[in-house]
Amino acid sequence: MNSSRLGRIFSVAVLVSLLAACGPGTSSTSSKTLHVIGTWGGSEQASFLAMVKPWEDRTGNKVSYEGSRDINALLTTRVKAGNPPDLAGLPGPGQMAQFAKAGSLFSLDNAVDMTAMNSQYGANWVKLGTSNGHLVGIFIKAAIKGLIYYDPKNVSTAGVDFTTPPKTWDDLVTAFNTIRSKTGKTPWCIGVASGAASGWPGTDWVKDFFLRQAGPTKYEAWGASQEAWNAPEMKTAWQSFGSVVNNPNLTYGGKNYVLSTNFATAFDPMFASPPGCYLHHQASFITDFFVHDYPTLKPGTDFTFFGFPDINPAYTGPQVVAGDLFGMFKDSAEARDLIKYLTTADAQKIWVKRGGAISPNKLVTLDNYPDDQVKKAAQLLLAANPPEFDAGDLQTAALQQAFFDGIVAYIQNPGSLDTILNGLEQKRASGQ
Amino acid sequence: MDAQRITFLVGAVVGVPVVLVLYIVVTDWLIRRLPPAQHGRVRPWLWVGPALLLVTGFLIYPGLATAWISLFTNDGKSFVGLANFGKVLGDHSVLIAIRNNVLWLVFYTGLVLVFGLILAVMADRVPYEGPVKSLIFMPMAISFVAAGLIWSFMYQYQPNLPGVHQTGTLNAVWVNLLHQQPIAWVIDERVNNFALIFAAVWVWTGFAMVITSAALKGIPPELTEAARVDGATELQVFARITVPLLTPTLTVIGTTLVIFALKAFDIIYVMTNGLYNTDVMARRMYGEMFTSQNYANSAAIAMLLLLAVIPVLIFNLRRFQFQEAIR
Repeated sequence: MNSSRLGRIFSVAVLVSLLAACGPGTSSTSSKTLHVIGTWGGSEQASFLAMVKPWEDRTGNKVSYEGSRDINALLTTRVKAGNPPDLAGLPGPGQMAQFAKAGSLFSLDNAVDMTAMNSQYGANWVKLGTSNGHLVGIFIKAAIKGLIYYDPKNVSTAGVDFTTPPKTWDDLVTAFNTIRSKTGKTPWCIGVASGAASGWPGTDWVKDFFLRQAGPTKYEAWGASQEAWNAPEMKTAWQSFGSVVNNPNLTYGGKNYVLSTNFATAFDPMFASPPGCYLHHQASFITDFFVHDYPTLKPGTDFTFFGFPDINPAYTGPQVVAGDLFGMFKDSAEARDLIKYLTTADAQKIWVKRGGAISPNKLVTLDNYPDDQVKKAAQLLLAANPPEFDAGDLQTAALQQAFFDGIVAYIQNPGSLDTILNGLEQKRASGQ
Repeated sequence: MDAQRITFLVGAVVGVPVVLVLYIVVTDWLIRRLPPAQHGRVRPWLWVGPALLLVTGFLIYPGLATAWISLFTNDGKSFVGLANFGKVLGDHSVLIAIRNNVLWLVFYTGLVLVFGLILAVMADRVPYEGPVKSLIFMPMAISFVAAGLIWSFMYQYQPNLPGVHQTGTLNAVWVNLLHQQPIAWVIDERVNNFALIFAAVWVWTGFAMVITSAALKGIPPELTEAARVDGATELQVFARITVPLLTPTLTVIGTTLVIFALKAFDIIYVMTNGLYNTDVMARRMYGEMFTSQNYANSAAIAMLLLLAVIPVLIFNLRRFQFQEAIR
């Protein structure tokens, strides 16, 4: 057989197939698909997709969305592999700063209208999205944390009236002790399971206690990783949380229920008949889960809330807030356009109207909120004195994960608190 | 966009075999240029060349790079020798992960082998062997992530309060039929590691059973018949004839399982994410890498895992050589 002729035929075939593979790639069509990664699933995912729909219709571009609770791992891998999404939700300003420092995030200074940003958003929101003098993250929605939800009918049966919310933590303690003695039931429902992020609902309790016990200055120092985790104020905050969560007379199902129940279903006993518990501590987004799981529930009559009460009289009215940040990992005209669109009041109104979100954009007025409940939360967010960002979300990913794990370890074994706090302090001090 | 994908696919499907054939043609053409005495020496190397390149690029290079990373600080700037290993091994939670890996090694391997053997021997004696074996083998078709989710439901916990139903299968039986207090299977440290191991055992028992069963069919019936004629009881036949003849097969399955036990990850990640003292080394390695972004610690753990697997590999190679020798 004449192998050199065979070889020539094959080399031509290879050349042709290679050319065919390269050909159309160079000429791009007018519409583009943007890959977006976020932490949202379920109804939150649907709301985000509804939010980008008008942009898709207007520009002809498409958004392909992928949701994962383990977004840190997903983003780290894809960035390391040189295959980042166009846009991605960032777990918090801490991780945002890490990605920005590593050069993975593109500056949004030219993507958004900074004058509009500064007039439409409070200074805190722009500051939190800024790293090294550049805007790298925008807030799509905000949430107010540390709200205490209850069913007004059940609570009044249990002999407690929350029409004027408890002013101080001591008032609240009196109220839930009354519930306990009147009904013999556990007043609180708590569940901290959440896949790889298990423990985070407990960190919200600790933040609420710490902010109101040690004050905003210490709280900000903590968020900036300048406060020792084994400081006495910190230990007091954890122990205050422990006084509720580690007391099986106060918490539904005891530690096994708390640890094994997902935050998204932890409130179930509150809506059971007869109720298994009366109070549930969670951020404002949880109402989305209430009405999704129990479509017959009427906001206001079947559930309502009050803000976490003050503790130290020196600090009145602070609130822990949080928000969903978005950053650009791949620069393109389409990605910049989408970012710009997402900061507008028009875009944010869409999610606000669907429920479960508060807009940090001041142009989204209170009448856009679908019910009195969210309106009340939005009002609380505006009235917060001062609004303090979630101190956990400001930490590095490693420290935040250790905070989550620490909560789980504390609930499982309350005696190990000192070990847990020393471990966290060691992590902070070593700059992890 | 779709047209681009299709051409890419066609290019890949057609291109890869074409390149392969081209490689063979070109190397053969090159070999024939050489003096005939050299042919025998050069040809094998050119033929295994592509495979060697792939193994070097995707196995040896990453292995060496991992070893290299494990000897430096996390930013990769200064050499610290074995300090990362000291740091990792000095961490109490890593020691717990190592203990859990030992639990996996012993109980996962042991239970899969024992269940596989028992099921193979028993299935061998019933007329409906096929359906039974298919049923037991079925979990093998499920990914570990799905198995983890299934068992998360099985192990669900609800407090024992009036009006509350146990939603987990296991606790439903435990509370309603046996009248015990419900157990939080994946949280309670007395049982949680075994609960996780059992989920993995459920998946792999079918594998052990099928292989053992095939080996069982290979045992000449004359041997067992002769033993029975000599008056051996069924138990004696099993212990003195069947098991010794199955030993080589069981060893192969055993070493596979040992390697698997050392790299156990999926089930732990899905069911507990290493919380409640159920962490294992592979999960820890993932956590150090992706959550803490501590590549040095992660690489050190990877090296420790590699060291743990090496004895098993040597044992396997020795056994292969031994079998080749007696053939």
